[in-house]
Amino acid sequence: MWSLITRHLNDIVAVALFVIGFADLLFQRNMIKKIIGLNIMDTAIYLLLASQGYITGRKAPIIVDGVESASAYINPIPSGLVLTGIVVSVSVTALLLSLTIRMYKKYHSLDLDHCLMMARREG
Amino acid sequence: MKKDDDLQPILSRLSGKLRSVYKITALVLVVLLFFVLAAAMLGMPAIGNKNNPDNNEVARRYIENGVEETGAVNIVSGMILDYRAFDTFGESCVLFVATICVTIMLRIDGQNKEDDKEAEKKDKTSFGIRESAFKKLDSRYYEPENDSILKVSSLIVIPIILVFGIYVILNGHISPGGGFSGGAVLGAGFILYLSAFGFSATERFMNAKTVKIITLVALLVYCIAKSYSFFTGANHIESGIPLGTPGAILSSGLILVLNICVGMVVACTMYSFYALVRRGRI
Repeated sequence: MWSLITRHLNDIVAVALFVIGFADLLFQRNMIKKIIGLNIMDTAIYLLLASQGYITGRKAPIIVDGVESASAYINPIPSGLVLTGIVVSVSVTALLLSLTIRMYKKYHSLDLDHCLMMARREG
Repeated sequence: MKKDDDLQPILSRLSGKLRSVYKITALVLVVLLFFVLAAAMLGMPAIGNKNNPDNNEVARRYIENGVEETGAVNIVSGMILDYRAFDTFGESCVLFVATICVTIMLRIDGQNKEDDKEAEKKDKTSFGIRESAFKKLDSRYYEPENDSILKVSSLIVIPIILVFGIYVILNGHISPGGGFSGGAVLGAGFILYLSAFGFSATERFMNAKTVKIITLVALLVYCIAKSYSFFTGANHIESGIPLGTPGAILSSGLILVLNICVGMVVACTMYSFYALVRRGRI
């Protein structure tokens, strides 16, 4: 059991980060903290993807000294996918933060429950 | 529409029994989710094993043929800007669309200003005097006196940051880095310059017009160059783009140009996010 966990240590840490971010989304009422939780979940996905491409004992896929055999480098595809994920996460975070600013301007509060109540009261 | 005193019972009811039930359910859900996902992870192939299903012939082909076909020593760069260049074009467009959306959401001029003014007329108690409405919305009213420690230290640091960002963009095909990371470094340099010297300094080279022109030109150049390259590649026509010697700074055909385009888009996006959040326009 223990050796199984150590072999999957990156995956387990990624799941733990994901769950921490998810708990942040569930328990926090402050919008900024919710956005931080979403970013923690994104980080978990990056860790999971990047560690899937890793191969023990191999180097980053930058060809040095003309070594072109595939057995010298790690898998480059997950690195490219993580790049996509980072860009989308930055855009989503910016959009969420601007929506939060609009919400604060309207209700003068960052508390989501409070703002929902005010919105319901307005009808 | 309900009255003001309805607010209090709802608040206390929410903070009472319902909240504790919600918290316990959420905790159980979170712990359950952790164990389900961890069990799923233990069933996946072990990390670092070279026979994993994701280390298949696609990755092998990228590494073995990447240098001849793209001319880039950095395989990841060659992959995202040559084999999968339309994916990266989509990413740049996502950044552009995000800038547009944030601008729509946060801009303070014309229509929005009128709306906010109306809202403040209605809501005098929480805002105070009406004349300060514009000034309150426009955070330049609260712009602090620029700090002299920040000014002097940023004079030393900013040139290094900008040169490093340009270095990362231009060396994207021969070393780790590329348009996205270099553009983020450049954007951070612009943001530091803005914090140190204020909008009057940055407006000389970064205003709404230049951001618009730079982003659009970069996206257009990217789109046209890569469409040409894909068209010739798909029809087996000689594209006439020289690949150069791998490892040299002027090599790898279009990848250098595309890296510069992506870097410009990312730098403008980072700067405009910060400027929009801070004062409501770029």
